[in-house]
Amino acid sequence: MTPAGASLLDRLAAIEGEGLAAIGEAADSAALESARVEYLGRNGRLADVMSLIGTVEARARRDVGQRANAVKTVLRGALEARAKALESATRGPSARIDLTLPARGRWVGGVHPVTRVIDEICEIFAELGFTSVLGPEIESTWYNFTALNIPLDHPAADMMDTFYLDKDVVLRTHTSPVQARVMETFRPPVRVVVPGLAYRRDSFDPSHAPAFEQIEGLAVDEGVDFVEFRAAIEHFVHHFFGRGTKSRFRPSFYPFTEPSAEVDVSCAVCAGGGCSTCKRTGWITIMGSGMVDPAVFKAVGYDPERYTGYAFGMGPARIAMVRHGIPDMRLLYEGEMSFLQQFT
Amino acid sequence: MNISFNWIDELARLRGELRDPRALAERLTMTAAAVEKIETVGAGLDGIVVSRVLETRPHPNADRLTLCRVDRGAGEVLDVVCGAPVVVPGAFYPHVAPGGELPAGFRIESRKIRGELSHGMLCSEAELELGRDKGGIMRLADGLEPGTPLAAALGLPDTRLTLDLNPNRVDLACHMGVAREVGGPPSPRDFRGPAWSPEWRDGESEVSGAGVTVRIEDLGRCPRYMAAVIRGVRVGPSPPWLAGRLLAVGARPISNVVDATNYVLHECNQPLHAFDLARLSGAEIRVRPAAAGEPLMTLDGQEHKLSPDQTVIADRDRAIAFAGVMGGLDTEVTGDTVDLLIECASFDPAGVRRTRTGAGLSTDASYRFERGIDIHAQERALARCVELILATAGGEADLIGLRAGPAPVPAAPIDVRVSRVNQVLGFGLDGAAVLAALEPIGFEALPGADGGDGAGGAADRLRVSVPGWRTDVAREIDLVEEVARRVGYDAATGQDRRFRPSAVPADPRVEKAVRVRDLLTGRGLLEARSLSFMPEDYRGNRAVVSVPNPLSAEESCLRSAMVPVLLRRLEHNYARGNRNVRLFELGTVFGYAAGPGREEEADGTGRFEESGRVGAVVAGARRPDHWSGPGLDFDLWDLKEIAGSFADRLCGATLEPLDGAGAAEAAGSGASLAGPWLSRGGFRAVKDGRTVGVAGAVDLASVDAPPWAAPAFALEFDLASVEGRPVPAYRKTSPFPAVRRDLSMTVPRGVPAADIERAAREATSDLLRDVRLFDVYSGEEIEGGRLGLAWTFRFRAPDRTLTDREVESEMSALSNALEERFGARIRRS
Repeated sequence: MTPAGASLLDRLAAIEGEGLAAIGEAADSAALESARVEYLGRNGRLADVMSLIGTVEARARRDVGQRANAVKTVLRGALEARAKALESATRGPSARIDLTLPARGRWVGGVHPVTRVIDEICEIFAELGFTSVLGPEIESTWYNFTALNIPLDHPAADMMDTFYLDKDVVLRTHTSPVQARVMETFRPPVRVVVPGLAYRRDSFDPSHAPAFEQIEGLAVDEGVDFVEFRAAIEHFVHHFFGRGTKSRFRPSFYPFTEPSAEVDVSCAVCAGGGCSTCKRTGWITIMGSGMVDPAVFKAVGYDPERYTGYAFGMGPARIAMVRHGIPDMRLLYEGEMSFLQQFT
Repeated sequence: MNISFNWIDELARLRGELRDPRALAERLTMTAAAVEKIETVGAGLDGIVVSRVLETRPHPNADRLTLCRVDRGAGEVLDVVCGAPVVVPGAFYPHVAPGGELPAGFRIESRKIRGELSHGMLCSEAELELGRDKGGIMRLADGLEPGTPLAAALGLPDTRLTLDLNPNRVDLACHMGVAREVGGPPSPRDFRGPAWSPEWRDGESEVSGAGVTVRIEDLGRCPRYMAAVIRGVRVGPSPPWLAGRLLAVGARPISNVVDATNYVLHECNQPLHAFDLARLSGAEIRVRPAAAGEPLMTLDGQEHKLSPDQTVIADRDRAIAFAGVMGGLDTEVTGDTVDLLIECASFDPAGVRRTRTGAGLSTDASYRFERGIDIHAQERALARCVELILATAGGEADLIGLRAGPAPVPAAPIDVRVSRVNQVLGFGLDGAAVLAALEPIGFEALPGADGGDGAGGAADRLRVSVPGWRTDVAREIDLVEEVARRVGYDAATGQDRRFRPSAVPADPRVEKAVRVRDLLTGRGLLEARSLSFMPEDYRGNRAVVSVPNPLSAEESCLRSAMVPVLLRRLEHNYARGNRNVRLFELGTVFGYAAGPGREEEADGTGRFEESGRVGAVVAGARRPDHWSGPGLDFDLWDLKEIAGSFADRLCGATLEPLDGAGAAEAAGSGASLAGPWLSRGGFRAVKDGRTVGVAGAVDLASVDAPPWAAPAFALEFDLASVEGRPVPAYRKTSPFPAVRRDLSMTVPRGVPAADIERAAREATSDLLRDVRLFDVYSGEEIEGGRLGLAWTFRFRAPDRTLTDREVESEMSALSNALEERFGARIRRS
């Protein structure tokens, strides 16, 4: 390359380096504009060099021209980038955009509030060793009644008006038949919770549904007594309803437990003062329970002298109603979007 | 069950804190039966006095009104206008004077009624808030002193406790039973004994005496029938103390005779019935099965046609009462009755249940007979009733009492082991503590089976007698419950919340349900829960299992599929104006077993089949509306993603297209997932050659959709096909860059895109990591009969940066394969 060509290439390198520096140092748009004029302007330094290309010998002319174009591209790019940077630095997006405008939403899915209650109950009892099992909804009268010590013509049957599908086939009136099924299959220690649907011929009203969720619990082993039973239920009450919640056990009757107890928890709405949720008693009944009746053990082939245990049943729908302040049970089963969305 | 506080107090002589009705209620709730309600009866009766109507005459200006001269004591005689249908001169009634107030706060003044001045008013039970009877003014017994405050005469105010009895504790349906629980005497013989003590005449099934004959034709239905005869009574109002008691428990005083039977019912639980003896033809009582079609008009005026499984009390000629349920109108005690036959019987619980359900009745008597009465205390109950009638209605009781049926056998004593009590309860009690719990409520210690001394000494096995009123106690465990309850459930204050492992494995379906919920909620769907019932043939819910005794036609069948249930929910949302619906539900569907069904079941359940399903429906906006621009609605490709993910990720199934004909075929097969809603076709998920799920656009013509409804899509999967959570094996990720190649091509229309993708994968090595279709186009620049497709292919090696040569060779293999197999024309740019 001739000295002239080499010198032009040197000048171009200097223009590139100095120009980039000048552009980078420009603190505002005025400084940037003067840098543009100095380097890229009609009479700027790059234009100077380009006007000299014709003076270079033909062999080197192409190299110099290409290099000049490359420098031009680099400086233009830098200029543009700096302009953008200055713009965002001085003004920022908040100056341009109303950030109070609503976000772009998305649909949030979720499980049913009753499912949540069931899942939490199962989790709390899992801490005590309970496994979750299921059973059929179409049930024989043997499992639904007889194995549970309920004679078919007993007035206790009044408590659960039954949907019969056939002479000896019913829609189960409780999840308790699964107790008998589990005990027939497994030897103690048995600790299960049984969520599922049960059916009773109650008309669909604010506090009843002909099909409703129930969750059953059963614990059988040697040495399981009423004291342990109460401690387990209190563990559940404290974890589900909160540590400050009081519970009380009072006498009840179920054909398949003896002694039988209903469990009340102190009303969280009024803290015992009396409100409409607790019917002014300060207490809300959450489960029926008791020590498994020896007759049930006999029916499933357990030795009632060796094994003892407790069983309980809860209505997750009712508990969900208390928990969320839902006044009418029918709301739970309507599938209305605006209702379900509240519990996600 | 209503209980009078004053009555309990009289029987139990309440002491200490129990003198407060709230404390008594708390004690009962925690040891015996929950008290649902506490209310005051007979409040606000100040100023209302017993008055006597001296004379009456018709109101000159009104047919329905009567002018009365009323003596309200202390020489005060007032004119009162009365609107009651009957006012008996010389009889006694409550009177409120001018300036006084009714319990409801209504102030009474002297005023002119149709031109006649009235000073105060004579009151009905309803006006005094003592009962519901608005029919007339409240007649009080004769012989009272005018001017006596009404409340004092009636023994009011009182506190009424409403008990929610457990079905086994019928003994608490009477005041003696409740009194016993709170410190009253443990045995009936310790309560005040009656004076009438007849000579009993007994017969195995027939007995005569006192001028009447009693015959039991079926001892199975009626093990015992006792009767007393009283002659020469004067039927009239009960004395106010008795009427007050009945009012306090919410019963309506009727007449001294009927009220005496009711009083004894509420005192000691024995249902009694008084017949007008003169109306019994042949002076006979027969307890027998009803004859088919036999008529009976009950006290409430209802006509019944009887059937032989009902039991009746009859005289020589006809049925005169439903045994253990309700008396007949024809033989009821009226104002003209002079001679009485008082029935005190015991009926078979199941028989009473049949009799009353056949008659559509439920009464205080049937409630008690169905649950069991104290057959050992019947003599006392009958004598108590006779005594009360003699005291309130006069007359003379026959000295002969009749008893038909074998004498009752005392209940067998029960042995209870102290060790067993502690095994079940964990209370750590000794024998003395066990007896101390049982004896105050009537269980008596007997010399024990272990040679114990009956005082709860060292012996483990105690023997106790069972009182007659505790028909629910027959086993050792029953006594364990009695001990638990008497010691108090609160005695169990252990903190032993021990973890014990369970021998029962968790049901895998529980985890599967969690996986399903996770997948669908992650896609913005909300879980619904519906009742399992459907109307017949609703939106493709074929009438498979119908419920023989449904609540309504709306709930006459069990659902056979989930999508129809969800379409019903969709319609509900449409009705509420919701356009955007995204619901899913897990549940059980029902059908008849195609084959032997649940074979292992020897019982009738084998005829039926139930299985777990999940259904989903989506319609409307894919995302919530946003100001930045119009949103898109859910379309088939959103559904395909949900169904495809479900099939692939949860079931290990493959999603395949399903045309309308295929859908119809699928819908036709038994227990099918598809229904008429899928008539336009869609997809099916196939696993091991079996269809485990379907998905597609809902035919909106098949649902009740408003004009603004967006296209709706649904899917239904068999939950049994969902697999457990997989444990993926780690695959090394590549740190080397991927090379992307875009390829634009045209193919003849009708070539499935899935086939092209599969062919591309087959033609290349495992360097091809990802295939994506990013454009589908047709239009002028594409020649007819062909379709433009644009694909992105990504290649990546785990161990090196790919060279151009390697990628080019993969791409040319790929291009060649597509050209050969599908006649693809690759566009080269």
